Amino acid sequence: MRELKVDAIKNGTVLDHIPAGKALKVLSILNPNPKDVVTIGINFSGKSQKKDILKFENLELKKEDVDKIAVLAPKATINIIHDYNVVKKYKVEVPDKLENLWDCPNPNCITRSENQKTKFVVENKEPIVLRCVYCERTFDVEEINL
Amino acid sequence: MQDLISMRDLGKDDILKFMEIATAIEKGDLKPDMKGKLMAALFFEPSTRTHLSFETAMKRLGGEVISMSGTANTSVSKGETLADTTKVISQYADIIVMRHPLEGAARYVAEHVDIPVINAGDGANQHPTQSLLDVYTILKTQGKLENLNICLVGDLKYGRTVHSLVYALSFFNPRFYFVSPENLRMPEHFLKDFEKLGIKYSEHLTIEEIIGEVDILYMTRIQRERFADMHEYEKVKNLYILNANMLQNVKDNLKVLHPLPRVNEISTDVDSTKYAHYFQQTKNGVYIRQAILTLLLGGVQ
Repeated sequence: MRELKVDAIKNGTVLDHIPAGKALKVLSILNPNPKDVVTIGINFSGKSQKKDILKFENLELKKEDVDKIAVLAPKATINIIHDYNVVKKYKVEVPDKLENLWDCPNPNCITRSENQKTKFVVENKEPIVLRCVYCERTFDVEEINL
Repeated sequence: MQDLISMRDLGKDDILKFMEIATAIEKGDLKPDMKGKLMAALFFEPSTRTHLSFETAMKRLGGEVISMSGTANTSVSKGETLADTTKVISQYADIIVMRHPLEGAARYVAEHVDIPVINAGDGANQHPTQSLLDVYTILKTQGKLENLNICLVGDLKYGRTVHSLVYALSFFNPRFYFVSPENLRMPEHFLKDFEKLGIKYSEHLTIEEIIGEVDILYMTRIQRERFADMHEYEKVKNLYILNANMLQNVKDNLKVLHPLPRVNEISTDVDSTKYAHYFQQTKNGVYIRQAILTLLLGGVQ
C-alpha cells in the first residue's frame, strides 16, 4: 500500500478519487457526526491528475449517500475500513434513476409546489445529465442544488 | 396506453396509430360512440382554442363535457392541492383533459388518479395534442410522413411546440431546415441527437435562402414573455415575416403551417394563397383529439 499523507483511520470510510476541488461539496451532502474525525485532502497527486480525498472516522454510508456521491464524483471509490484494514473497496456507480435526493432546480416544476417526491432519470453519464421525470427539463450537475 | 402526457412517451407505432384512427374518423369509416362518457376539461390556465377543440371533439363523439376555466372561485383558490382537486373530479368523470401553468402537472395528476389523463399543455413543457395534430396535418397535405423537407422558423430555443414536433418527426427520416436568429437557435442537445440519429439538418438566418426547397414551412411566434430584456425582443420580433411575394418560387406542394395565434409572422396576404394551411390545421386538431379520446377511452382496440 502506498504511503498516505494523513493518518490511517481505525474504523470508517475513505472516499478516494473525488475530482480535485470537489471534496467540500461532497462533504456538504454527507452528515458525519460532528464529534468524529474527518480528514479533508485537496489536490492530492493521483495517477494521471489531481484528486481530493475524504476520510471519515466511524461513518457508514447509506445507499442515498452513495447515489449522491456518484452524481458529484462519478469516478470516486469507497473504501470501508475496519480495524485499519480495507475490508471492502468499490467504485460508485451512477444509477439510472434518482429519487427524492434533491429538489428540481426548475422553479416552475410541479414538484416544487405540491411537495411531490422528485424523480430524475440519468440521460447521460459522462458528463452527467439528469432529466426531471415531471417537468422533463435536463440539468447538469452544477445546476443541481444537492 | 393509459394517458397522453408527453411526446417523449410515444414511439413511431403510437404516432401512426393516432394517424390511422384520426384518418378513419375524418373519412367517416370509423364512428366511435362515446355516449355516456364524460370528459372533464380542467383548464387551470385559460386557453380558448385548445379548450374548445377538445369540447368539440368529445361532443362530436357523442360524449359529454364538464368544464373548468381559470382558478378563480374554485377549490384551487382556497388552497386545495392539485392532487386532491383532480382526485375528486376523477370520481365524476371518465377522462381528464388538463392544462396547467406548472411543468409536469399532467404527469403528476396521472400518478394520482385512476382515469386517463390528457395533457393539454403544462407550462413551457409539453403540448402533445398540438404535435400530433401538426403531424396529422403534414401527413394529410403531403400524403406521407417519410423523407420530407421541413423548415421551422422563429423561436427554436424555447418553443415547446417546435421541440415536440421535431421529436415526433424524427421517426420519419426528415430533412430539417432551422431558421432563427442566433440567440434563439435550436438547442445544442437536439442537434447532437439528430447527428446520432443520422438526421440531416442545416441552420439559416433567413427564410428566403431555403424556401424553394421545402415541403413544409412551419412558422412560430417569437414570444415576448421569453425575453428578460425587452431591447433583445425588439431586435428579433419582426425578423421573420412571411408575405405572399416570398411564395413565388416554391415547391407546388409547399404548405405553410402555424400553431396560432399569429401576431405578424404571416401577412394576411398569404391567407388566400394555396400554400396557406394554418386554419385547416386547427380543424385537424378536432379529428386528432377525437382519435386520442377514442383510443384512451377504449373506443377502439
